[in-house]
Amino acid sequence: MLGLDKKDTGLLLVVVVLALFAPFILNLFPTNSGMAFFNGGYPDLMQRFAIFGIFAIGFNILFGLTGYLSFGHAAFLGVGSYAAVWMFKLLNFNILPGLVLSVIAAGLLSVLIGYISLRRSGIYFSILTLAFAQMMYAIAYSDLLGRWLGTTITNGETGLQIYNDDPQILLGNGPNVPHLFGLEMRSKVDLALGPWNFTFPVGYYLCAILLILAFYLSIRIFRSPFGLMLRAIKSNQTRMMYTGLNAKPYTLAAFVISGMYAGLAGGLLAAMDPLAGAERMYWTESGAVVIMTILGGVGTLIGPILGAGTIKYMENIISKMNESLLDSWFAFLPDWLQHAVVWVATWFTGEGWHMTQGLLFMLVIIFLPGGLVEGGQKLTGLFGRKRAQTQTKTEPAE
Amino acid sequence: MDVIIPQILNGLDKGSAYALIALGLTLIFGTLGVVNFAHGALFMIGAFCSVALSKLLSVSYVTEDPTQKDFLGNPLKVETPYVESWFGPEVGGAIIDWSVPLAILFSIPIMIVVGLVMERGLIKHFYKRPHADQILVTFGLAIILQELVRGIYGANPIQTPAPDAFKGSVDFGAAFGFDPNVIIYPYWRMIYFFFSAVVIGGVFAFLQFTTFGMVVRAGMADRATVGLLGINIDRRFTIMFAIAAVVAGWAGVMYAPINAPNYHMGMDFLVLSFVVVVVGGMGSLPGAVAAGFLLGILESFASMTAVKEVLDGIDQIIIYLVAIIILLTRPRGLMGKKGVMED
Repeated sequence: MLGLDKKDTGLLLVVVVLALFAPFILNLFPTNSGMAFFNGGYPDLMQRFAIFGIFAIGFNILFGLTGYLSFGHAAFLGVGSYAAVWMFKLLNFNILPGLVLSVIAAGLLSVLIGYISLRRSGIYFSILTLAFAQMMYAIAYSDLLGRWLGTTITNGETGLQIYNDDPQILLGNGPNVPHLFGLEMRSKVDLALGPWNFTFPVGYYLCAILLILAFYLSIRIFRSPFGLMLRAIKSNQTRMMYTGLNAKPYTLAAFVISGMYAGLAGGLLAAMDPLAGAERMYWTESGAVVIMTILGGVGTLIGPILGAGTIKYMENIISKMNESLLDSWFAFLPDWLQHAVVWVATWFTGEGWHMTQGLLFMLVIIFLPGGLVEGGQKLTGLFGRKRAQTQTKTEPAE
Repeated sequence: MDVIIPQILNGLDKGSAYALIALGLTLIFGTLGVVNFAHGALFMIGAFCSVALSKLLSVSYVTEDPTQKDFLGNPLKVETPYVESWFGPEVGGAIIDWSVPLAILFSIPIMIVVGLVMERGLIKHFYKRPHADQILVTFGLAIILQELVRGIYGANPIQTPAPDAFKGSVDFGAAFGFDPNVIIYPYWRMIYFFFSAVVIGGVFAFLQFTTFGMVVRAGMADRATVGLLGINIDRRFTIMFAIAAVVAGWAGVMYAPINAPNYHMGMDFLVLSFVVVVVGGMGSLPGAVAAGFLLGILESFASMTAVKEVLDGIDQIIIYLVAIIILLTRPRGLMGKKGVMED
């Protein structure tokens, strides 16, 4: 179907089902039960799942296939956001021009950065991309571009927002929030089924459809001769060059494609919430997408989506946990033990989420370099079931 | 001249910090072949050694002084640090005042332990893994160390003053025949520069003039052969890792009075230190030191008003810009050797 073989079609269907039924899957617990805390089915979080899923899928096309570790992909995310918000400011709140421009802007920037950075490989490439991204961050944070041109481009520390006196030449009587031809991103449909409450946000479904498209495209890239060429670059670039092939155009193409994915993700972030700030470009954000990709499984198709979902879910849920909540959870323990357990837990919850993130990250790299997908394969192997595996084979990063 | 000299001086202290961190990074690169993203965290731990020692020395007990009354009429509560009661107020006061220089000693065992645990416990297992894995696992470790420090000391910067004797500034210009008060330079920054010069010199001398250093240099050139000669090169490299940790820690200890330590200072310095290492040439110790000072001074020149008038804000991106240009024109960096970490 759709030019995919049976296995890939199955994989695509899994993603389609996961994406379309996410409001159900993420709201497993009745609203009034104590477990409702673990529900993730609210619009903001679901949108993040899909958006960072797109970001990670794109990153995986570069890192998973070619093995080039970019530590500066947040720059493209940020540029995508700025581009989209500028479209809102100049035209109107229709997100289509914003998304298109964000992809184009990120693509152009990635051509420039990629062309220069790809002259080196290995650790030098990582540091070059890191240097570029930090430079972009500094430019955005202090709005240097705007200062040189004598105007406002990124609005510096405050972040780019939409004001009433912006031109918005096409606004007319259109809605005053981001929309797609009148369909407001913020609107949603609620469904109450007994004790359960499900929310179906428009914005999320837009992101989900784009996620499915992005995923489909990535399968096609993985299975194409072009994808094969990228794998060849990863496994032995020297040998490839000896056979008379110039690897650089291929790597550059992969870099630009992944940059455009990042730009789309950035544009979507702005479409869901029309503002853009420099902190999206900080280098730890670039680290975060690397974490997502590795956690899910580098070089696998579905891994990045799983990784992005896991990280964003944990980030939201864990940083929501506070001391009083933990106290109530461990109230069944004897007092002294309760205090001890809560004391330990506060290190890893609430503001300590970064601690959990760092720990999780180290554990995955040390014990499970293939990520969750490899873990799943090991588990299925352990139980000896000959089920049709939905994943492609894991190839750890070089 | 009276415009240029202050900029060079201003660049020196930041350049010293870059050079010290980059020196340690290069040592680790050169010996173990590991890309250590947690090196900034070592710098940060060093700075917090200063904070910890000054807090430790100021631990006080409370006595009531019946001769004085506070505003409620109760006996006045007087806090006396234990150190003062043990050594007398004068010596004790001096000890507290000198807590930052004392932290240099205090930090040695801490940094050695941290370094050894890090190397034996984690990095040892990553010698053979790809550089990407090394970067990522040490990045994770850096996050954890940073969060630990935030958990203990909070998110706000903690002022850690230098000894009273080094407050104030030296009138640098007067010594060279300029007008007084044109070129002034804080004492502590000057001390920081001399301190790092001594440390850098010490590391080079250690590598150049001791048998241990000779073996390490041989191991950097050809690890397998040195191992075949029956020398336990791994143990020596581990010790070098501990030394690199101490150097980064010292850079942090002495930096505490210049910039109040906060938990993310390591991350802020790390990216720049990596740029410094790459510009200097990976695996080249003199290159790392030279590039550290060079970029520090360059940054301070770019923040001159005259330069800013031409291109506003250039000081914030100049280092990256120069690094990119150098990497593209001299791919091995300023002093990189052929065949060392080429890809």
